[in-house]
Amino acid sequence: MPANPAAAAARLEARAAWWLTGPTALLMLVLLVLPTLAVLALSVTDAELGVPAINFLGFDAYTDLLTDRTFLGALRNTALYVALVAPASVLLGLGLALLVEAELGGRAFFRSVYFLPVVSLIVAMASVWQYLMHPSIGPINLVLRLLGASGVNWLGSSDNVLFALAVIGIWQALGFNMVLFMAGLTTIDRTLYAAAEMDGARSAWDRFRLVTWPMLGPTTVFVITISVINAVKVFETVATLTQGGPAKASETLLWVIYQEGFVYLHVGTASAMAVVFIALLLFLLVLQTRVLDKQVHYG
Amino acid sequence: MTRLLRLLVLSLGAAVVLFPFLFMLSTSFKPQAEVFSAGLSLIPSHFAGWENYAKAFTRIPMARILLNGVVVCLAIVGFQLVFALPAAYALAKLRFPGRDLLFGLVLLGLLVPIHAISIPLYAAARALGLLNTLAVLIVPFTLSVFAIFLFRQFIKAIPDDLILAARSDGLSEAAIVWRIILPNAWSAASAFAIFSVVAHWNDLYWPLIAISKTQLATPPLGLLFFRAAEAGDDYGALMAATVIITAPLILFFLFAQRLFIEGMTMTGLKG
Repeated sequence: MPANPAAAAARLEARAAWWLTGPTALLMLVLLVLPTLAVLALSVTDAELGVPAINFLGFDAYTDLLTDRTFLGALRNTALYVALVAPASVLLGLGLALLVEAELGGRAFFRSVYFLPVVSLIVAMASVWQYLMHPSIGPINLVLRLLGASGVNWLGSSDNVLFALAVIGIWQALGFNMVLFMAGLTTIDRTLYAAAEMDGARSAWDRFRLVTWPMLGPTTVFVITISVINAVKVFETVATLTQGGPAKASETLLWVIYQEGFVYLHVGTASAMAVVFIALLLFLLVLQTRVLDKQVHYG
Repeated sequence: MTRLLRLLVLSLGAAVVLFPFLFMLSTSFKPQAEVFSAGLSLIPSHFAGWENYAKAFTRIPMARILLNGVVVCLAIVGFQLVFALPAAYALAKLRFPGRDLLFGLVLLGLLVPIHAISIPLYAAARALGLLNTLAVLIVPFTLSVFAIFLFRQFIKAIPDDLILAARSDGLSEAAIVWRIILPNAWSAASAFAIFSVVAHWNDLYWPLIAISKTQLATPPLGLLFFRAAEAGDDYGALMAATVIITAPLILFFLFAQRLFIEGMTMTGLKG
């Protein structure tokens, strides 16, 4: 019998916990901690795969990125893509959620239809969009010509390519955001609408402005963050359809990281870019937390 | 009146969303000449479905590629659950030195996507001779910090009495995980499973890096190989290939819609 039964029980509990978490802790070390440290270490060098000599660059590796035209171009393209996709997919998602939620008869049907792109293989659907956007035989341009407009060179022109990719991105993200907003809408207390009506909120717009919008606040912040993060990670459509072209106009952040690291084998540069990429994600999540903390919670 | 307007907007939107699916199906039945004669007709005047689908199955080892996708996704989700559930239970319900450190690492892991650490993972896989194996598609994803995070939240809500009762019945901690926690966390586990399968069925980044053999391709990578092997613009065959590759998840979704939508939203946190 141990002198202190409570301490013995605690020891037993700790031992059980280590058995349960041990495999995960080991995986975490091998698949997460060590690779992350390796990326940090590589990021301050000029390492190249297959080249034994490595020079230490220190912080210069990061200041070099500031003059790297490929990297700056990718940042600009990614920012533009995010600026197109995130607001559109959030607003359209919200609009659809309000409409579908109000439409009792066809709710399940419309929800499934709008959600369909979310579960469709994006590489495959990108191929379909490529056909739809084909300059001469693509149905989109055929419809445009039918309406009397001139056809657009969607993916083949450096002016339009980001816009074309954004259309695909919005189409893909729309249903996801809609479903998130619908989940948010169901948590709103119905009696608030009755109360607002008592206070003179007669029109649908008044009810939206006074009840729905403020009550949806946390959901909205959450949906915006996810939309931005997912848009920052755009890769599949670029890899399938444009390979960063034409004339580098659709080179995005992940695409240039992939190119630098696995095509040109500049693992040092690619690692520095990857660190910037992680920092960007961290910044977005901190921003989300800050905004959520500041917000007044009604719920 | 309002309802009519609402239905009109929703139907128009639905038509726009379904537009690519309709043309995908229709074009997969059209002969090449008809695709290039540039008409908007959805019904092919000459049915070339057999040729197109035959090409899609023979130009690349399509059956093998689909099987790869299934094997990889099931293996990943299986390992993720086996590792994450016990760890999440320990983090939620047990006291032990190192718990805060471990949970801190889980949170850190949520921030670091595979894209950012793919270079060292690739170097390690190459050194171990794992490139171009199914294992390399599975191993990096056996740990899901996201699953741990999600399950921990869920398990925290399970009453302690349930666990204490099981313990006094003589169940070991491992038995508690599989016989008490798993049945009670079933909805979280199935939602996560759906999320994980969709994510990995779709993933292109890692397979593109780690696999160069067509035989070992997953569906997205297989489609890239198909596009590369296809000289010219044989859209009929390409659309047939996209139909084949998109169909499994879509059918699965149509049969288990609620589970899918729950899975994707509950786990919406994962960026």
